[in-house]
Amino acid sequence: MKKLLTVSLLGLAVAAASSAHARDYDNVRIGVDVPYEPMEYRTAEGELTGFDIDLGNALCERIGVTCEWVEQEWDGIIPGLMSRNYDAIMSSMTINDERRQQVLFSDPYITMPSAWFAPSSLDISEANEETLAGKTIGVQRGTLQDNYVTDNFSSVADISRYSTADDMVLDMEAQRLDIVFLDFPIGQSTLLDSEEAEYVVVGERISEPKEYFGEGFGIAFRQRDEALAEQFNEALAELQEDGTYDEIYARYFGEE
Amino acid sequence: MLDISAWFNDLLADNLIFTPTTLGYYWEGLVTTTQLVFLSLVAGLILAVPLAIMRSSKHKWISLPVYLYTYVFRGTPLLIQLYIIYYGVVFIDGIQETFLWPVLKEAFYPALIAFTLNTAAYTTEIFRGAIKATSKGEIEAARAYGMSQNLMMRRIILPSAFRRALPAYGNEVIFMLHASAIASVVTLMDLTGAARFVYARFYAPFDAFLFVAAIYLCLTFAILYFFRFLEKKLLAHLRPQNS
Repeated sequence: MKKLLTVSLLGLAVAAASSAHARDYDNVRIGVDVPYEPMEYRTAEGELTGFDIDLGNALCERIGVTCEWVEQEWDGIIPGLMSRNYDAIMSSMTINDERRQQVLFSDPYITMPSAWFAPSSLDISEANEETLAGKTIGVQRGTLQDNYVTDNFSSVADISRYSTADDMVLDMEAQRLDIVFLDFPIGQSTLLDSEEAEYVVVGERISEPKEYFGEGFGIAFRQRDEALAEQFNEALAELQEDGTYDEIYARYFGEE
Repeated sequence: MLDISAWFNDLLADNLIFTPTTLGYYWEGLVTTTQLVFLSLVAGLILAVPLAIMRSSKHKWISLPVYLYTYVFRGTPLLIQLYIIYYGVVFIDGIQETFLWPVLKEAFYPALIAFTLNTAAYTTEIFRGAIKATSKGEIEAARAYGMSQNLMMRRIILPSAFRRALPAYGNEVIFMLHASAIASVVTLMDLTGAARFVYARFYAPFDAFLFVAAIYLCLTFAILYFFRFLEKKLLAHLRPQNS
């Protein structure tokens, strides 16, 4: 019993020490789900790169901390933040109320519409309940696209959920999927630029309703790391001010 | 009946995760897992019997190919086999135009093929062990009666081998149920797939996975009791006799 008490006191002391430490980071570990081109992916040499990576590194440099990228699969990315595997998530995460109950978001650093992508042979001009009836839709599990498609089309279409965007693109090329619903730039770089087959965007890019599509991508922190989030917000504003942000943006999405 | 549904609604009223919708996913998962495991076990069993006989053959050219097959499928992880069958086949040029494609296109059949080949390999080895363990006395007695090789196999060796293999095979069935949890990596909405969906949607790992673990436990209990019943029936002659 006494031993148990000592152990739990020790535990408390460690917890207290680490939470005191949490206010003052000099090394920020950032969780990221790779690959998700062009936001985060590896070059042929195996080097981690992408819009999130470059912007994240620039932000850390501005704040004066070192950044360490920790890879984590998407469906466990928020639990990973909670269990302190890393201190922030910068991985194309859309800000929405559901997630806000779990994490603290920075200001949005980019807004990104979603879009339907299909082989040109599918030959539909708009995605709705009629045109999607009986089709197989691919989405990445646990994404806002998953929620949107699940709530709106699960009664008329089959939904296939993938752990990574790569697996999904592979199955699209294999003709197992009729249509996929993705962040627009991801679909652009993985499908529209594909040499395998001809893909087209079906209908308009979608960023409404806000309850699904949120307010843009944000960096997620644990709720109590307000100071850290504030530091990132300030740094982000500075980078947008001095043109660094535009330069990084142009590197991946071309000039606006 | 009304009481039950009212009680059920009350039970679900206060939580966000276990709504009728998510329970529907779990149900769908239960059906998929059961189908997948049951069908692959039946097909695996049917394949395993002739393979086990071939594997016990004295002729190298009969037993060696079977040995290679069981060696490969027992020597590599089921997950890798599933990846190769599901994602690998699409790299065969023109596969989409063949008659195989309607089968391979769905996630269910590649998973079923992988599971069947895997369980058949293990079951073959289980049966081979049981065939090998047939006591010499039985074989000599059968020969003394003038039974042909075929008749002896059918009447003496196989029936007693099946009985001997039963406990080990019961284990294989349970392993297969648990191994089927990887089906969700190829988009199948099996039990684990349902749990991963709920987990990713509500960020609630404990609720999602504890619930599904409880379902797996129930299924395992059912299998255990089924095999205990079978053993009681079929291995009755091995129990001590009360005079």
